[in-house]
Amino acid sequence: MSESKTPAPAAGPGRTTEELIEEAPFTATAAANVPSAQAAGGRSFLPKSTLLRHLLIVLLSAVGAVILLEVTDPFTNSQLASLTYYAIAAGGLTVLTGLNGQISLGHGALMAVGAYTTALFLQTERGEDPLPLPLILLVSVLTATVVGALVGVAAARLHGPYLAGATLALAVGLPGLAVYFQGTFGGDQGLRVRAPQPPDVFTNFIDLVSGASATGTKWLAYLGTICLLITYFLLANLMRSRIGRTWRAVRDQEVAAELAGINLGTWRVLAFVVSAAAAGLAGGVMALVVRLAAPTNFTLVLSLALLTAIVLGGLGSLLGALLGSALLVFLPPFVTDLGADLGLDSTEAAQIAPLVYGVVLIVAMIFAPAGFVGTLRLRWMTARAKRATAGRAADRG
Amino acid sequence: MSLLAAATVVSTVAACGGSNDDNGGGGSTGGANEASAPGITEDTIKLGAHYPLTGVAAPGYSEIPTGAQAYYDYVNKAGGVYDREIEWIYKDDAYNPTNTSQVVNQLVLEDEVFAIVGGLGTPTHSAVLDFLNTEGVPDLFVASGSLLWGEDPDTNPYSFGWQTDYESEGKVIGQYIADNLPDAKVGLFLQDDDFGEDGEAGLMQYIEDQVVETQRYTSGNTNVAPQMAALQASGADVVVGFNTPSYTALTQLTALQLGFKPSQWIYSNVGSDPALVGSLLARFSQGAVSDASLLDGVITTEYMPGVDAPEDPWVQLWQKVWDESGQEGELTNYRIYGMAQAYTMVQALQAAGQNPTRDDLIEAVETVGADWEGPAFSPFRYSTDSHLGISGMQVVQLAGTAADPQTGILVTDIGDADIEESEAEHATPPESGIPDEEPFN
Repeated sequence: MSESKTPAPAAGPGRTTEELIEEAPFTATAAANVPSAQAAGGRSFLPKSTLLRHLLIVLLSAVGAVILLEVTDPFTNSQLASLTYYAIAAGGLTVLTGLNGQISLGHGALMAVGAYTTALFLQTERGEDPLPLPLILLVSVLTATVVGALVGVAAARLHGPYLAGATLALAVGLPGLAVYFQGTFGGDQGLRVRAPQPPDVFTNFIDLVSGASATGTKWLAYLGTICLLITYFLLANLMRSRIGRTWRAVRDQEVAAELAGINLGTWRVLAFVVSAAAAGLAGGVMALVVRLAAPTNFTLVLSLALLTAIVLGGLGSLLGALLGSALLVFLPPFVTDLGADLGLDSTEAAQIAPLVYGVVLIVAMIFAPAGFVGTLRLRWMTARAKRATAGRAADRG
Repeated sequence: MSLLAAATVVSTVAACGGSNDDNGGGGSTGGANEASAPGITEDTIKLGAHYPLTGVAAPGYSEIPTGAQAYYDYVNKAGGVYDREIEWIYKDDAYNPTNTSQVVNQLVLEDEVFAIVGGLGTPTHSAVLDFLNTEGVPDLFVASGSLLWGEDPDTNPYSFGWQTDYESEGKVIGQYIADNLPDAKVGLFLQDDDFGEDGEAGLMQYIEDQVVETQRYTSGNTNVAPQMAALQASGADVVVGFNTPSYTALTQLTALQLGFKPSQWIYSNVGSDPALVGSLLARFSQGAVSDASLLDGVITTEYMPGVDAPEDPWVQLWQKVWDESGQEGELTNYRIYGMAQAYTMVQALQAAGQNPTRDDLIEAVETVGADWEGPAFSPFRYSTDSHLGISGMQVVQLAGTAADPQTGILVTDIGDADIEESEAEHATPPESGIPDEEPFN
């Protein structure tokens, strides 16, 4: 921990509370302390307005995503589709854990809510058209939001291990409902999801962009990407707004926040609700990509995987959530293929994947306790503070 | 799509040219090998599958692909199918449908396998059923007795079942009870999904008036004391279990604790592997029960010979194949299962012709699959109307590691089809140990 200590906040005239909160010495959530464009100094080419800046980033990311999806092969497309639902859920979780300091081991269950909602709305009789997909996904988000609000109200009263325990119960218990009400939810084998056909607009778009055929796999990858970009755009704006600052205040200094007139409970529930909404959307996309909503999809392993993803990437950072999710999706097949190339048989190759993931997690916790993004940001902030100190010393001298 | 059609025309022409020559079996047909479909090159055929190699479902099931590997190696050593070497790629899904969908994507889109063969598990394989059928990838011999794969070929034209479905098994067991234990009060212990439901549907056709209690369990919940107590209270003297091996061990131990001693236990084929149940019993009871002796006298079913019949010519073939493969471990029923499926797959590839397309393979199984002789006691039901697999079973009683037949081979089908005793002699394996099927067209 010692080598990555945050520079002590030099409280002085002209420094706003916002900046003080941003530089609060919490190593684990360093990635959450996004410096604004103003704070980063005048060298940025990005617009000063947060909204414009985020819109520009979303546009650039969208162009990047289209290029990425068009140059990669169909299998990578399907992997990227899986990446999107992990990343959406991890994005929501990183807001809750990184920004608001609440831990949740129950996000897998909230994804299940979204997935089952999507699956149920897509179950139509032959010849009957289901509701439009965006509407179905929106309903999934709303359902998960309602469940999230209920859990959030309970969660707002709990801290640390007790909160972890309560959400753990959710993760273990909720998929059981699907088995209990098997008439509605299909029991152990779940509900199969027939993904809707790509619309003509999409086919024309792909034809225009690359001339490749618009397969179902590609459509799902695009659908996931669109959901991901919208989610991250909204979350990023939220994090940079008054709401995000309040969440951070609640996380870092409960007493100070309360003295400043912040109702801790309300803000905690709000964080849970936002996070649950993201998990609901992730679940809906997951149901479409996996083509199934079944209890075995939503084991405790999923909730834990999401948590490790945001910790590895850097708590409180959307970029970190994305990187952590990418590791979840790409590392196991990479390791398995590597093992197979080294002459292991398929069983042994499959068994080293979880092992390597565990080793990566341990190594990261030792050498980069703030996650990838958090550690880089800490380095950068340390360097900036040193420069500033040196500059001030030079001024005096 | 047009590309696929063109490929079909080319290969049909090639196949017609080839069929003028004498035999299709040993790769001695005229004409050259061509890369006639995805996954087929001039000298290789790529096949893929998904299994739980890690996680809770891995014990037992992870042995199946090693058995299949051993048999494909054996065939490759003898020259392969039409001089093509079979490449067998299997991947881990840890019995989680999310992973299944990812690894099957990888097998189909990246590895470009010709067919998926023997994908294991009902919830897991459900996740890829639509994908494989919309992509037109043959999905042969799914390792699960669910009706999903074979009942409705119009919806899923590319999927085929393999083992006897659970409903037919229920009927066979139901008739056995009705004939041999007509006065028994029957308690049912069922897994709470298709497995238990299909089995129950079959049983009820014969013993509806004998059933006094039906109890269900959810996979993963290891406390079965409430169910066992309810069965005990109902006065059942015959208990029929459609459950997995772990639950066979759990029901035995729980009944022992409760002092519940029905005069007859009956388990479905899936839950009755004595070797695995024995090791589970030892583990769950922490050594207090050390072997499968608790299972002595238990009645179950078989649809092909297993390690309990070492004298059977098929088991001797499997033993030879396993020893030659040089892999670690003993020959087990799970490995035999993998080898037997691989045997059927080799039959299918031979029947599909020298330069098959994916659709040729499907047509071959539909057209001639019902005539194939193999390790199973009774033939497959493959046709254009049904993609269900093995049609019959034999009721057996376990005694130590052996199994005494209680009935002949009983052949049936789903729905209200009659159960008939098969007169046919069980085929012996070919001398070479490798099938020799003619191309279907």
